[in-house]
Amino acid sequence: MRFIIKDGILIREDNEEDSLPITKIPTIPQPPINPNFAYNPDLQQLLTGKQLIIDDIPFTFNEIQTHYQNGYVTYRKGIVYKGKQPICARCGNKDPHWFAAFPCSRCGESCLYCRHCLMMGRISACTPLLGWNGPVPDTVYPTMILEWQGMLSEGQTVASDHVVEAIQQNQEHLVWAVCGAGKTEVLFAGIEAALSSKKRICIATPRTDVVLELTPRLRAAFPAITIASLYGGSEDRYLYAPLTIATTHQLLRFYQAFDTIILDEVDAFPYTVEESLQHAAIKARKLKSAMIYLTATPNEKWQRECRGGKRVYTTIPARFHRKPLPVPEFVWCGNWQKQLQKHKLPVNFITWIQNRIRANKQALVFFPHIPLMEKALIILRQLHPNIEAVHAEDPDRKNKVQKMREKQIPILLTTTILERGVTFPNIDVAVVGAEDTIFTESALVQIAGRAGRSKDHPDGVVTFFHYGKTDEMIKARRQIVSMNREGVRRGLLDG
Amino acid sequence: MNLFQQDHCLICNTIIQPAIGWRAIFSVEKEHLLCPACEGKLEKIDGETCQICCRPFRQFNEEFRKGDLCNDCFRWEEDPEWHGLLEKNHSLFLYNEFLKEVIAKYKFRGDYILAKVFTEFFKEEITKRNPDLLVPIPLSQERLYERGFNQAVGIINESRFFPSEILTRIHSEKQSKKSRSERIHLPQVFKLITETNIQGKRVVLIDDVYTTGSTLRHAAKLLKAAGAVSIQSLTLAR
Repeated sequence: MRFIIKDGILIREDNEEDSLPITKIPTIPQPPINPNFAYNPDLQQLLTGKQLIIDDIPFTFNEIQTHYQNGYVTYRKGIVYKGKQPICARCGNKDPHWFAAFPCSRCGESCLYCRHCLMMGRISACTPLLGWNGPVPDTVYPTMILEWQGMLSEGQTVASDHVVEAIQQNQEHLVWAVCGAGKTEVLFAGIEAALSSKKRICIATPRTDVVLELTPRLRAAFPAITIASLYGGSEDRYLYAPLTIATTHQLLRFYQAFDTIILDEVDAFPYTVEESLQHAAIKARKLKSAMIYLTATPNEKWQRECRGGKRVYTTIPARFHRKPLPVPEFVWCGNWQKQLQKHKLPVNFITWIQNRIRANKQALVFFPHIPLMEKALIILRQLHPNIEAVHAEDPDRKNKVQKMREKQIPILLTTTILERGVTFPNIDVAVVGAEDTIFTESALVQIAGRAGRSKDHPDGVVTFFHYGKTDEMIKARRQIVSMNREGVRRGLLDG
Repeated sequence: MNLFQQDHCLICNTIIQPAIGWRAIFSVEKEHLLCPACEGKLEKIDGETCQICCRPFRQFNEEFRKGDLCNDCFRWEEDPEWHGLLEKNHSLFLYNEFLKEVIAKYKFRGDYILAKVFTEFFKEEITKRNPDLLVPIPLSQERLYERGFNQAVGIINESRFFPSEILTRIHSEKQSKKSRSERIHLPQVFKLITETNIQGKRVVLIDDVYTTGSTLRHAAKLLKAAGAVSIQSLTLAR
């Protein structure tokens, strides 16, 4: 696709000699809004706060161009250059090995494209990114926005008030809440405050399963509000909604859309790993907006910023059920990998498992790698035939988790995929090989947070079997102990 | 070897560890495109295959085999209308789950650079055959605009050969939505660009995947009628 500028307007001209792919046009003029133009409300719904490519949407180019010429649609370059360095305007990629070129049948040139966000539709040097410049769609708000009737704990109330304030003042705020504190409920008052002042709000999380879990809970709490639930392949992609729940990946399709973004599980893969998703979150918020971060395990840098007074935050140090977090115990188990090569497991670990089986107490056992876990499974099955193992690529994963819930599995071996999100009411937890580098402070805190979740069974045993204590293990235990201490100090724990 | 930029696998993007040793130091450095894990998932077609379509015999039951041919090719060859049109097909790799994903990303997502995964193997086969013309199976205008490039032309260009784009498509419907019999009994789907003289030429048709062979045979029929002496085909996958 090639353009020229004629009378201060960008016009598509594929065959004219001095036409250019959009990236090579120095500045893209934006025609003024023509108030007499009857714009298409479907296009308005679709494009408000977005950055989409033509292939994404069911409208013809001519219709889009007419809206542009009347000031309602914006064109931005898909690839921008900073000096000689190309940057993908959608995902922010600037790594040269994530770019490639192809002889493009649309612009007739060798056309640079971004491989990094390719799966969301190819952005190349001749791709315009479409946005909306007209009025935002009207939303009718009900008189009663929040219909949730529950009660907040003392710790939740403090955090909830701070979230409301941050949203009203367009500030950043971190809620550092222990596993099982009840993070979602803390958001309700803030979401209500945002919606009642007609703000557009988004809850973003790195994981699709969290989106799927949050959506029905929020629909129940805000029954009269339209909620768009966005993940790869979801059906709400064309829906304009005052409240959006999305994977951080889906934020790549938004541009200056939200007055408030709530980032859930900020520490979880891939948000901290992937710069592009940070880029997405920043691009998706309006210039004047609030950002709420939610996590049980902020990384070291953030913890330091909190302690140094550089980051505004609220902790919820106690669980909803007012009982302290189980503190992990460290047990040395020798060179367990070597033992596994000889088809053996450390004796103290075997005893731990036998005790659980005898007491009829379910347990979750974490391993650092799949092959080692599978070796261990063979040995442990001799103790109980129903012991199972699960990992990220296991096609039977959902089913096994379900069977664990139904108590058909006494002991479930797992890699770190079950470290967060999954809750079983009454379990003990062990880590075998806690010294492995995969078990970071935050992973270990999350793992320990699987135990003692329900109010009927608020305690559980957490044991880290290791072949040499690591700093990460010590930091994880310190974090848990200090949260418990703070809970006592603030009177959030019962005796 | 580039000291400052590491090679990333074109498919999975992991960093490729360069081999270290005397051989690596003294031999001409080959460009590292794939990591060993991805390279291992490409299954070259070898062993006994159907003499026409290159389908490996070990893949299917003896009862579907007719001498040197598979049942499908036997049926094509029985029909005087199609007999001998497609002399021989060669395919580089088995169309396994892995390759399906790679080819889908290449042509549907438009990750053009993935053409390079195949060029080394492609060059080798073309050099062996040394044809007069390399004719890519064409896309319809709409499809070409949608994808931005023709996947067969991409492979030819990236292998530094010259594509003879002498065929155009009459119909624009998607092949993959049709059954075998629908594909075979279709009227001609291609047209030869006027003023193309292919009298006496040896042609190799290029496509990404050999499925039923109907696309390639329709193209072969047209080229044969226009005077080509022999028509073979080369595809990435079978």
